Amino acid sequence: MAQLEVQLGLLKQEVINMWSLVRSQLIKAQTSLINFDKDLAREVILKERRVNGYELKIDRDCENIFALLTPVAIDLRFVLAVLKINSNLERIGDIAEGVAKYIVRTGQPFKPQLLEATKLTVMYEGSINILQDTLIAFENEDTILARSVFKKDEFLDDINLDANNLIENYLKENPGDIDQALYALSIIRKLERVGDQSKNISEEIIFYLEAKVLKHKHSH
Amino acid sequence: MESTIIRSKNFNAYFGVNHVVKDVNIEIPKNHVIAVMGPSGCGKTTYLRCINRMHELIPGATCNGEMALNNEDVYSMHPIFVRLKIGMVFQRPNPFPNLSIYDNVIAGYKLNGIKLPKAEKDNVVERSLTRAALWKEVKDSLHKKGTFLSGGQQQRLCIARAIAMEPEVLLLDEPTSALDPISTSSVEDLLHELKANYTLVIVTHNMQQAARVSDRTAFFYLGELVEYDDTKKMFTNPRDNRTQNYITGRFS
Repeated sequence: MAQLEVQLGLLKQEVINMWSLVRSQLIKAQTSLINFDKDLAREVILKERRVNGYELKIDRDCENIFALLTPVAIDLRFVLAVLKINSNLERIGDIAEGVAKYIVRTGQPFKPQLLEATKLTVMYEGSINILQDTLIAFENEDTILARSVFKKDEFLDDINLDANNLIENYLKENPGDIDQALYALSIIRKLERVGDQSKNISEEIIFYLEAKVLKHKHSH
Repeated sequence: MESTIIRSKNFNAYFGVNHVVKDVNIEIPKNHVIAVMGPSGCGKTTYLRCINRMHELIPGATCNGEMALNNEDVYSMHPIFVRLKIGMVFQRPNPFPNLSIYDNVIAGYKLNGIKLPKAEKDNVVERSLTRAALWKEVKDSLHKKGTFLSGGQQQRLCIARAIAMEPEVLLLDEPTSALDPISTSSVEDLLHELKANYTLVIVTHNMQQAARVSDRTAFFYLGELVEYDDTKKMFTNPRDNRTQNYITGRFS
């Protein structure tokens, strides 16, 4: 096998490892939110360093591949896509850390009825699923699955747009829960960004596999 | 609009019964650099040598189909006239060893029995060496032998010799394969400058060189022209899987 092929295989595995870590960070932040588990939230915050470490390592690997192995065609598109996916994943890692920080900071657990009423539970599940879909699409080189992410992102966008009204309604009935409701709104805003980052990742997967640029196009 | 200077239509070349260039259709636009690449034995050099009728110099070599220079059939012209219009630079620098730099540049005129007044000869030498980016380096040693120059300078001298005859097209058969990286870089820089005045067709094994120097690239495989497209497109998103496999090094 050519040296370039070996290095691209290693790079792909490294990205998949980072993806799994970021997904696990997001799930742990969700669990810490539901169970009000501050220790688990602290673990997420600590592990963010590992996500950053992956980002730096993958950047360096891409740089070495460009400099030493001069990839072209699909190989070039793959390395370019990985560079961007790397940065998208790192941002999702930041989002998981941000959610965890809210859990550490807040004084009392989130009421289940708040999570339901604001659709935060659904939104969280949707974010984790969408990230998982992008991972499978990347691993299996599946552009159909990558394209399905665009629709799922719209679903997350809709919940986000609805969030102000839902929070307002909830607060009318539960005026004592202002702090928690504001945290819930902030988390929804962050999870909406997970959808956006996943959409960007899907665009990169399609770019690398089909050489089509979907960025900044309104309909996919 | 781009005007076509070389056009091949259903062009075939043979060595005896060996069919080495198969039904090639290609249009080369004026003032462009075209890279021709492909694995050894794919017919790229043979195709290049057909453009200025050097292929037919080999015993048993034949060809058919259309090869036109400015819409005129190359194979109906006198071969010497064709080679005046379509110059060639070879893999190894080959200045005439017994001639000075000056005489190397005007060798084409001497060999064709064209007599020029001294002032005009001086002009041709200066213009050609300047265009070949060699004038500044050799202007004070024009009467030294060409073989005293470095490999890269000798190759630029050969380019100066080729362009002294004012060709329209310059064919270059792996012109830097015998040169070190610095000389290669100076010849590549020169190609960029030369395309203002000439059309260049370069055969190269070095894919990165093809990517660096050319506007369009032709990929040959087993005598067939598999793909011919803008170099940027070819190296980012080739149309044919065989091209992709070749440029990504996955050719079996």
